[in-house]
Amino acid sequence: MTGWLAYNTAIVLAGTMLLGASCGLVGCFAVLRRRALLGDALAHAALPGVGVAFLLANERSMPVLLLGALVSGLLGVVIVAVLRFATRTKDDAAIGAVLGVASALGFVLIRVIQDRTTTGSKAGLASYILGKTAGMIAQDVYLMAAVSAGCLAIVWFFYKEFKAIAFDPGFAKVQGWPVLALDFLLTGLIAVAVVVGLPAVGGLLITALLIIPAVSARFWTDSLGRMLMLSTLLGGAIGACGTALSAQFSFSPAGPVIVLVGTAAFTGSMLLAPRRGLIARGLDEARFRRRLARQKLLRMLYELDEAAGGGPRPFELADVGVTIARIDAMARDGLATPVGAGRYLLTASGREQGARAARASRLWHLFLSEHADLAPSYADLDAERIDTILPDEMIRELESRLLADGSWPVELPPPAMEACR
Amino acid sequence: MNAAASPDVLLSGAQPVLDVHDVTVAYHRKPVLWDIDLTLAEPTLAGIVGPNGAGKSTFIKAVLGLVPLASGQVRVFGQELAAVRKRIGYVPQRESVDWDFPVTVLDVVLMGTYGKLGWFRRPGSAERRWAHECLDRVGLADLAARQIGQLSGGQQQRTFLARALAQEAELYLMDEPMAGVDAATEQVVFGLLEELRQAGKTVLVVHHDLRTVVKYYETVIMLNMRLVATGPTDEVFTHENLRKTYGGRLAILDAAGEAVAAQERSA
Repeated sequence: MTGWLAYNTAIVLAGTMLLGASCGLVGCFAVLRRRALLGDALAHAALPGVGVAFLLANERSMPVLLLGALVSGLLGVVIVAVLRFATRTKDDAAIGAVLGVASALGFVLIRVIQDRTTTGSKAGLASYILGKTAGMIAQDVYLMAAVSAGCLAIVWFFYKEFKAIAFDPGFAKVQGWPVLALDFLLTGLIAVAVVVGLPAVGGLLITALLIIPAVSARFWTDSLGRMLMLSTLLGGAIGACGTALSAQFSFSPAGPVIVLVGTAAFTGSMLLAPRRGLIARGLDEARFRRRLARQKLLRMLYELDEAAGGGPRPFELADVGVTIARIDAMARDGLATPVGAGRYLLTASGREQGARAARASRLWHLFLSEHADLAPSYADLDAERIDTILPDEMIRELESRLLADGSWPVELPPPAMEACR
Repeated sequence: MNAAASPDVLLSGAQPVLDVHDVTVAYHRKPVLWDIDLTLAEPTLAGIVGPNGAGKSTFIKAVLGLVPLASGQVRVFGQELAAVRKRIGYVPQRESVDWDFPVTVLDVVLMGTYGKLGWFRRPGSAERRWAHECLDRVGLADLAARQIGQLSGGQQQRTFLARALAQEAELYLMDEPMAGVDAATEQVVFGLLEELRQAGKTVLVVHHDLRTVVKYYETVIMLNMRLVATGPTDEVFTHENLRKTYGGRLAILDAAGEAVAAQERSA
């Protein structure tokens, strides 16, 4: 008996893993092309097709039902496109309309079939709405394996072409690629992955399996190839873990559990990913603000000294509005040194940094007034970055202007003028 | 004539580089381009000027087959567009793509080689070397491995330029390649345009800065929904034609300029 259970569990796990993997793979393109919601419309529009296929075939044969789902799902996508081009309905409204109408139609059809038929075969239909993994048999898994292999092969063969139309369809068209046909192929892949997943995850939630692995993977990498790989693996893991969990607690339908596991993966990626994750970005932002505040303070102190003329003079914390914590941090970094109660003095390196911040700020302000047309694409708050952002020639030109009108910080060596002329 | 340099150019010399015949482009009933007739018989470096909404970008897109023509036809090197696509290079506006897309600068430049690679073949080491060379020509060799979102506006613009160079085309169409770039980058870009021109290519550039038209372009195309004038810059780029192209908008700039000049004189 346990042997049978293990076998059954293995079947279901393999099935949802394959399903998650193929959705994760093709979902990347849906997300990158900003077509994620189209997958949603497709999944919902597939529901009435399930009902109609059942009525026509008069039995619950999975291939027949899936064929019905595929046809009506793609029909839904076509209707969205027609609404958009023929009636100037906006994308979101068109998708929303199709999604709503199709789900209503699907729910009613499936309900009516369940009420009318008396055979045991009807029970499976409701699973197309919210998903049911328990009923999965080996043949379903073979189908999912075939679909996954097909998706993988097509994405592998058309990798370059898909990349081209996803990044810049206009350019791809100029190069002579049949953008529309490739677009259809990609949409077809998404449709097949979604439809195959319907019985297990359900039409309401299958889009989550399309979107979540892709957006989670995007947090970890800046390379399309790696994003595709990661999203595929993540999708597989989400499918398997979700199924295992829902089996563990005999929870059905499985769709919501799978999606919740996906949500955990997404939340983890969003928070923890290096560079793009929220925590990394928050820390980076905080570091940047601290540096900016310090640059500003050093510049202010330097400019006070500069205005008074002569060497460095001590300053009162209260006068410059600095907290003890901040000045302590600056003292630790050797930029300021205490000279009595609440009084501090800039060190040589503090003065030098202040002078450099003053130079950068004056260069930026001169740049903004001299090159007003370029300002938006170049301006940057960080004083230390000006030399890497503006071209050398322009820096030299601006520096010579500062020198000429006497606003060059005296603390710094004069700019290399020989390079200019 | 540098046309003598290559037999290839001589061969195509019999046919005009670009022949735009009676082209109209419209959105619903509103015309964007109206009865455009234009022939560029020989390789040239041409600037396309006109006010905002004059249809400059649409003109380029019409030549490239990116917008449907309400009427008329376009022939490039005497042939249908579909037959000569591999000989055409394109630099779209920077805003036309998502710069957060997960690709590197080198990836984008490699896309320029996709057309010649054909179906299923991936760019190999030869293409990579070529892409690096193109990046070097626009001064971005050091940034090849960067994700494109980390570039400044001028660097993004030059990435697109490098991608177009990688196409090894004979006719280039560029939509404001100098928008939002600094003077030094503009010099780099213009140097490249000159190089292409010297190599016998034809380059059509949508240009927004009227001050530099005479300096940069030997041919000018003046558009304002219809073709106002086209020909050698020194003959065609006149006050009269500018007034026809820009209408009241140029007059306002003129008037403002005169007012300021008068003020400075009295001060």
